Parts: sequence; structure tokens; C-alpha cells
Amino acid sequence: MTDKSLESSTLGSLQYDPAPELAAIARLRPSYGLFIDGRFTDPSTHEQFASLNPATEETLAMVSSANAADVDRAVAAARKAYDTVWSKTTGAERAKYLFRIARLILERSRELAVVETLDNGKPIRESRDIDIPLAAAHFFYYAGWADKLDHAGFGVSPQPIGVAGQIIPWNFPLLMAAWKLAPALAAGNTCVLKPAETTPLTALVLAEILQQAELPDGVVNILTGDGVAGAALVDHPGVNKIAFTGSTEVGRLIQQRTAASNKRLTLELGGKGANIVFDDAPIDEMIEGIIDGIFFNQGHVCCAGSRLLVQESVADEVLRRLVRRVEQLRVGDPMDKNTDVGAINSAAQLARIKELTDYGMSEGATRYTSSCVLPDKGYWFAPTVFADVTQSHRIAREEIFGPVLSVLTFRTPEEAVAKANNTNYGLACGVWSEKGSRTLWVAQRLRAGVIWANTYNRFDPSSPFGGMRESGFGREGGRHGLEAYLNV
Amino acid sequence: MSTAPLRLVTPEDRGVIISDSNQLARIESEAQLSAILIALSGVDAVGAEARVAKLATRSIKKSTKSAALNLAISMVDLTTLEGADTFGRVTSLCTKAMRPDANDDSVPPVAAVCVYPDLVGHARSVLGDSPVKVAAVATAFPSGRASMRVKLLDVADAVDAGADEIDMVIDRGAFLSGRLGQVFDEIVAVKEACGSAHLKVILETGELVTYDNVRRASWLAMLGGADFIKTSTGKLPVAATTPVALVMLEAVRDFAESSGRLVGVKVAGGIRTAKDAIRYLVIVNETAGSTWLTPDLFRFGASSLLNDLLRQRLKQQRGAYVRSDEFSGD
Repeated sequence: MTDKSLESSTLGSLQYDPAPELAAIARLRPSYGLFIDGRFTDPSTHEQFASLNPATEETLAMVSSANAADVDRAVAAARKAYDTVWSKTTGAERAKYLFRIARLILERSRELAVVETLDNGKPIRESRDIDIPLAAAHFFYYAGWADKLDHAGFGVSPQPIGVAGQIIPWNFPLLMAAWKLAPALAAGNTCVLKPAETTPLTALVLAEILQQAELPDGVVNILTGDGVAGAALVDHPGVNKIAFTGSTEVGRLIQQRTAASNKRLTLELGGKGANIVFDDAPIDEMIEGIIDGIFFNQGHVCCAGSRLLVQESVADEVLRRLVRRVEQLRVGDPMDKNTDVGAINSAAQLARIKELTDYGMSEGATRYTSSCVLPDKGYWFAPTVFADVTQSHRIAREEIFGPVLSVLTFRTPEEAVAKANNTNYGLACGVWSEKGSRTLWVAQRLRAGVIWANTYNRFDPSSPFGGMRESGFGREGGRHGLEAYLNV
Repeated sequence: MSTAPLRLVTPEDRGVIISDSNQLARIESEAQLSAILIALSGVDAVGAEARVAKLATRSIKKSTKSAALNLAISMVDLTTLEGADTFGRVTSLCTKAMRPDANDDSVPPVAAVCVYPDLVGHARSVLGDSPVKVAAVATAFPSGRASMRVKLLDVADAVDAGADEIDMVIDRGAFLSGRLGQVFDEIVAVKEACGSAHLKVILETGELVTYDNVRRASWLAMLGGADFIKTSTGKLPVAATTPVALVMLEAVRDFAESSGRLVGVKVAGGIRTAKDAIRYLVIVNETAGSTWLTPDLFRFGASSLLNDLLRQRLKQQRGAYVRSDEFSGD
């Protein structure tokens, strides 16, 4: 039995036959209106745009393009609902609706997972096992808070803010809608939600769910559209609060435009998270954690561990194992249940990833790219690792927002902390070590809103999430997440 | 065991041993052995369990499933380890091992039958020159609580009666109390007593409890000369689990990379359904790799598993389940 050679052993080489989820489960309508005051309505200009499947470039459905007049209608509906219904609804009663929404999300979870994967390009395994269950969990969690706000640590009888304008990104469309809506509704606000231009569909299914749950008209309004709708929402004088998740560039604009107004603001922006690996890290789980940190959701994750800081003495061994594991990732049809890495969400994002990775090579970093075969149609980028990266490389400083990891080394814990903090961002970091005292020492010195120890990219509704510096401010999730929607 | 000197390479190899002759280096002292085992990377339990949970979502369908079912059948160590075992039962087991589905000779034979030492001779005579091996549990199975003299006699008995493979148990008490040298010496001695028979070393992971212990015991057994490392006796409530198999597969992969020697893994106890078996094959595939997808390097110690594999195989062909009476009970 020793005549077999290890050379011939290839991880994951057993062929798995395609195991596609059924696209028909999505039950998509050919066209969707704007969800205002409890009804789907035509946009005032009757303009529509196509939402594409990024894995095939085919049109999934036509959605409506909201303009300033539509925003005005939606804000008016939210104001009326706030004044006449929602602000007079008790916490226990609001909880009832939130529980109902949570249960309906679970009941329709398979449909939502398929819609999410078709519209976003993420693997069905992730939308099925992570996005949708977590979205429901957020509604369940904040349902529990709705009648206990007196005990949330913000004084007796904290009051809602009013009408919240919420603008969400394309990387976790339904989950981000849940992160925004659940605490806002629990605290007693009404909402105007604008999903991202390239991923509007699960929010529209959610609108159907809100109807099913018999949420009073106007409490949640959902406007699809582009930056025009977003800007109109940010500028609208009837909006009391803006919550934005997206790029630092747009976040900066929003902060400028809301500066002279009475609007409250929370921003959850970009990141350049560092995964710090010490020589005593649990090596197999650490490799999995690095993989999860950067290739989860094609790296379209604001808190992605896009920088790997590895102790010099184990750098070669870690890189060897990492490259072997990258080669094993199954890249392709997002609807296949065995796919690990799906499609890039849009042509524009793909162009940005290519620009930065080309730059990385021109700056002399060593590139390892998975030899996976990419489909002909759609937007794809093979999982990539850059070694020999230094702090001054562009790929170590700018957010790539794609399946691209930059590997740097350090010698001492002090150097690891200095390098991890040497960024404009401050969203998330990971520390990998079996030595608890060192993990705590490092975690106390990292400038980031979220620190994971011996894991990465773990989310729970009870845990606050958010950044510092150019990664934004405000917290979502947990008791802390209520503060963004209470007048405290 | 060769006498090639032990050489610790760079620290990042975590006490891994290599030698020029691709043979195992000799362990010179208990302190040295202990240093090697302690230097192994820890296992993060949460991460290891999350990894197998993720792998359990792999969807194995159509021709992959058919191939996996046939492969799993060929990896079964068809086992009977009861006090009430009879010659008749062993005859039935051996017949089934050679031709698992009496109505279909395209079904591959299983890897081995696994019996107590006193039944080895009978099994050998029924199996004749078929490719099915005879495996015997020895060394005072399942507790391992006997003197070394008795254990070695037990092994010699089984080998003399024609056993191709010996499944030994380690002294868990010695391992847990830190007498690593004693465990090592026992494995080396049993390996010697095995002669040309292959040695499977049962770690009884249900008694080792932690994944760190499983990783260290795996390396200890491999350094001692094990041809296979095996999870469990099947006589405890906690037998093979997927995270334990993951840790052992990582160990054989890393050991092969550093020593050049390929060691097999046998999961035993509690694996009853084809679905379970396929989950293990996915873990093998994605942890140790394709080289281990052979009965030479991966086995299932089981009894009722075989019938479920056969049932699922017919389901693949016919599109409907057959009655359980379609296959013999033993």
C-alpha cells in the first residue's frame, strides 16, 4: 500500500455530479412596481430597468426606477403611518408583526434563497444556510426587544426617531434589509428602504411577505432604483434618520449632505480586515478561517479578511497549505449546491477587481490563482492569493471587494498590531492563536469594530456589528443596534 | 523499524519527522516522542466541527452517488464481534463478503471480514483465495486490559490462523496518564508480532475525548508503525464521529507529506446508513485527497451499513426502494 504516491493525491478531485437547485422555485414575476403605502405601484415616470443574473447575464425581472417624486410619496406614506398607526402601536403589538415576518421568511426560505442566488450570484449553499436564516434570526431577535425597550439601557420609555431612510448594498441583499428594518420597526420607526440597483429582488419578495404579515400600510416602503433615488431619500426633509451600508466613497457624500440637516446618521462602510496568524494557531481550522474570511460571498464582504498577516516563521507553511486549499474551491454555477464560490455581482465590480489585481502584479506581488475553469457567460473571477505583499502596495491598502487575498508577514505581536492598524479602515480583524493571553493582548490594541478570535465572518443578531474610522460609525445588531433607532 | 536517525526539520513543520530513506525514524526516548506530539498544532474544536458540518451539505447525486456507493461497499470491513458468534454466522458473513448482493455479481466484494481471533481460521477457510481479507481484533480487545505477554500471544494466535490484518487497541489509560512511551512500545511490539499482516491501531477516540488527544494519538500510532489508524472498538456509546475522522485524516495527510508513508484510516462504530458513509467519503476526498479513496487506505468497520449501501444502490438503478428482506440479514 505504499506504492501509491502522494503526488497523485488531489484534494477534492472526486467529481461531484451537478446538483442544481430548481430556478422555478423563485416564482419571479416579469415586472415589479414600487412598494409604497402597502401596495405595489407604478413609478411616476413608468421607467423600469432589468435585474440581471450575474452568472448568466440573463434578465430575471424588470423593476421600477424610483425618482424624487416617488421618494416623496414613500416618505409621505411612512410619515402618515408613523403619525396615525405605528407610533401608537404598543411594543408587544409591534413584536407580533416582527415575529410574523420572521416566521414567513422561514416559511418562504427556499424561495428567498433561490431568488437571492439568482439575483446576486452567491452560492445557493450560502444563501440557504447563512443569508436567509440570519435574516429571519434578526427579525426574531428584535421582536424580543420591541416590548422591552425600557430595559435596553437608554432610560425609561425611549422614543423612536420617526421616518428612517435606509439604503442597503448588493452583497447581502435580504440580510441587510433585515439588519435595517428589524431594529427600526422594533423601536417604533417607519421605514423607506432602498435596495441596491443590481439586487432588488429579495426586497420585493420581502414586500410580499410584509403584505402577508398584514403589517399596517406605509410602515415599510420599498423603493427600487439607482443613485438618484438614494440621493432623493438622503436629501428629503421628511426623513429623520439615514442608515447606509455601502462604499466609503458614497458614505462620505451622504455625511456631507446630511451635515446641515437635523437627520441622524449611521454608516457601515468599507474595510480592509486583517487576519493575524501566530505560529501556534490551530493550523487546519486557521486555513479554513482564512478561506472563509476572504472567499465567503466571493469576497464581497465589507468585513472580509482581505489581508493575511502571518508570523514569518510559519509563512511558507501557511502559504503552501492556503494555495492547496484555494485550488480545491469549487467555482461555478451558483445554483449548484456544491459550489463554494459563485459569480461576481456585476460587470462594474469585476472591472474594479481586475484593475486592482493587475496593479498588484505590476507592483511585484507574487500571484497564485486557482486553475478552476470559469464559465463563458457571466461575471467571474478565479480565487486569487497575492504573496510578497508589503504595506505600501495598493492591494494592501484599497478594498478590492472580491476573491483576492493579500499576504503579508510580521515577526512580533507589536508589528502585527502596527500593520493591522495601518489602514484607513477599521471594521474587522481576526486573531489566530491557541494562547488566550496573546489573543487578548492583540485584540485590545486593534482598531476595529469587530474582532474575531480563532474564527472569522461569524454573525449573530445578538452581537453588535460596525466600524470605526473610514469604516463608518453606529452599530447594528444586539442591544447596541437599538440605539441607532431611538431618540437617545 | 529502520534505524535512520530522527531529524527534526524547521519549527514550522511542527516536529514532523523526515528521513532520507522514506522510512520511519526511530524514536529514541519518551521525552523525544512527547516533544514531537506536544509540538503538533492544536485543534480548534469549534472550527473542526464547523468544517464537517459544512462538508455534510455536499450534495452527492447520480453517477457520483453510484460510484460512491460501490466504493463504500469495497471499503467495508464486515464485522461481527459478539460473544454469541458462531461458525455458521461467520460462514454467512464470509459468503456475503465475497458476493454482497446474491442477485448481482457486479457488486464488488467488501474489503475484509472482521472477527475475534478464534474465528479467524474458519473465516480463512470459507474465504479461500478470494480477495476478501481476514481481519482479527486482538490485544485483549476491546479494553486492552491484559499483560503485554497475553496481548502478543493474542496477536500471534490470530496471525498463525491466517489473519491478514490485526486490529489492536491502545492502552488508553497509559496514554491519558502520559505514559506515551509505553503505548508506543506496545504498538512497536505488536507491529513486530504481526509479521506481514497489516496493523490497524484502534485509538478508541470516545475515551480520548479531546481532538488534541486524537491528533496526538494518531501521530503516536503512525510513528509506532501503524498501517491504519482506527477510531473505535464499536463497544462504546461514543464511536466514530465526523470531526474525529477529519482530525485523523488531517493527521495521515500531514504524516504522509513529512514521512512519505501513507497510513490508512478506518472509521468504526455507529455508521449505519449509506448517507453517513458518503459523508465520510466527502471528508476523505476534501481532506486527505483522492489517494485515500481506496480500500487500501480507507475502511468502514460496520455490519448493518452494507445492507443500506446495497439498498441505495438498487434504488439508484430502479428508482424505488426494495424491501429490506431483499438482502440477507447477516
